[in-house]
Amino acid sequence: MSKMARSKKEKQTSWQRFCTWVNGGTAEQPLLPAEPAKPKKAKAAKPKKQKAQPVRKEWMGLSRFEHIYRICAVLIGVVMVGVLMIAVLQLPLFGSPDNPSVNEVVERYVEKGLEETGAVNMVAGMILDYRAFDTFGESSVLFLAVTCVTMLLMRDRNNTNKEEDLLTAREHVIEGYEEDIILTKVARIVIPCALVYGVYVVLNGHLSPGGGFSGGTIMGSALILFAVSFGMIRMSQFFNYATFRKITSCALMVYAASKAYSFFTGANHLESHIPLGVPGAILSSGLILILDICVGIVVACTMYGFYALFTKGEL
Amino acid sequence: MRLALELILPALLIVCALAVTFSKRLLVSVVIYTSFSLIMSVIWVLLESPDLAITEAAVGAGVSGLLLIYTLKKIHALKGTSDE
Amino acid sequence: MEHLLINHYETAAVILFGIGFLNLLLQNNLVKKIIGFGIMDSAVYLFLASQGYIAGRLAPILVGEVANAADYINPIPAGLVLTGIVVSVSVTAFSLALIQRLYQKYKTVNFDEIVLLARQKGDE
Repeated sequence: MSKMARSKKEKQTSWQRFCTWVNGGTAEQPLLPAEPAKPKKAKAAKPKKQKAQPVRKEWMGLSRFEHIYRICAVLIGVVMVGVLMIAVLQLPLFGSPDNPSVNEVVERYVEKGLEETGAVNMVAGMILDYRAFDTFGESSVLFLAVTCVTMLLMRDRNNTNKEEDLLTAREHVIEGYEEDIILTKVARIVIPCALVYGVYVVLNGHLSPGGGFSGGTIMGSALILFAVSFGMIRMSQFFNYATFRKITSCALMVYAASKAYSFFTGANHLESHIPLGVPGAILSSGLILILDICVGIVVACTMYGFYALFTKGEL
Repeated sequence: MRLALELILPALLIVCALAVTFSKRLLVSVVIYTSFSLIMSVIWVLLESPDLAITEAAVGAGVSGLLLIYTLKKIHALKGTSDE
Repeated sequence: MEHLLINHYETAAVILFGIGFLNLLLQNNLVKKIIGFGIMDSAVYLFLASQGYIAGRLAPILVGEVANAADYINPIPAGLVLTGIVVSVSVTAFSLALIQRLYQKYKTVNFDEIVLLARQKGDE
C-alpha cells in the first residue's frame, strides 16, 4: 500500500506538496513521504473501525511531524519542570513559621476572626464572611456548569438517535424488573446515614471541618446512591427538573439577598447587625450558617444534576 | 513515622500519576485516578487542612470518579477493549 | 538536593504538574487529557497548601476564647484550595460532557481522528 502511495506522491515536487499542505489539502497529498507504520499505531488500529482505517493512513504522512511535536512537547515539559525546580530551591523551608505567606493578614484573620465573624472554624469564617462574594461567584460557577452540561447532554428532540433510545429503553426495562437485592438492602441503611451526615457537616460548617461544599457533596452522593439503587423513576417522583430549578435558584437568590444585606447597612459588612451568638453554638456566627446551607443545597443539586444528566440525559 | 509518611505519600502520588499515564485501559486509569485523589485527601490531613480532606474525599474520589466512569460507559470503553 | 527533600511537597507538586502537562500535550485520548488536567489541578493545590503549613501548629479551628496567631496554620491557602477543588470538578464535568457529544458525532475519542474527520467534513 505504501509503495503505491509513494509513487503517486513523487509526481509532485516537495514545494508543491508544501503549498497544498499549507492550504489545508492534506487529505490528498501529504507533505512528507509515508513511513512504514509504527507497530504502536498498528496496534491502536486493531479494533476494526471501518471509518477509522483511511484516517489512519492519511495521518501516517504527517507522522514525522508528530515525532517533532512529541519531542518538542517533552522538551518544553522538562524545561518547565526544571525552571520550577529552581524556583522550589529558592522557596523558604517547608513548615517554617517565617514563610512570607504568613503575614499580617493571617494574624488579623486568626486573632480577630472569632469576634468579627463568630465562626470557630476559621476557614469557614474566611470563605463565607470575609470573602463571601468570592464564594457566591463560585456557587454561580457550579450553577453555570450544570447549565452547560444540561445544554450539552439534555435529551430533547435535537439530541436523540435511535440506538441510544433503544439502549436506554432496554436499561429502563432491566432497571424496572431487576432490583439488585444486595444494593437495595445496603442502600436502605446507608442512604439515611449519608444524608444525616451530610446535613451534619453543613450545619456544623462554622464549628468543625466541613461546610457547604463538602456537606453538599455528601448529600449529593446520597441522592446519587438513591438513584442508582432504586431507579430514576422513583427518584423523579420527588426530584425532577422543576424542583431542581426552583431549589437551586432559590438558594442562589437567598445567598445573594443575604449578602446584599450589607449594602443596606452602610456597605461595610464587617459591622454586621445580626447578633453573632455564642461561639460554639450551632445557631451562631450570623449569616455564615445561612450561607452554608445555601451553598450546600446548590452543591448537592449540582452533583446529583451531573449524575442524572450523564446517565440518562434528564433531570 | 510521620516523616516516613510525608515522604512516601508524595512518591505514591507521582507513581499514581505515571500509572495513569502509561496504563493501557481507560478504566484502569480512572480507578488509579480516584486512588490518586484518596492519597491527596490523606495528604490534606497531614497538612492540617481537614476541610480540604473532607472535600477532596467526597469530590475527587467520589463524584469525579463516578462521572468519569459514566463517561467511559457512554463512549463504550468499558467492554474490556484495550485502548491506547 | 537536601533543600528539595525538605520541600518534598513542593517538589512532588512540580513533578506532578509536569506529568499532567505532558499528559495534556501528548495523550491522544481525550479522557486521558482530562485526567492529566485533573492531575495538574491537584499539583497546584498541593503547592498552595504546602505553602500554608507551619510545623507544629494546629488546623485553624479555634480553641478557647482568645486566639493566638502563633498557634494555628495559615488558613488562606485552605480557603483558596477549597474554592478550587469544587471549581475543578465542574470543569471536569463540563469537559466530560463535551467528550460525550464529540463521541456522539464522530464515534471516537481519539483527538487526531477527530481532527481529521472534522477536516474531511469541512472539505465536503
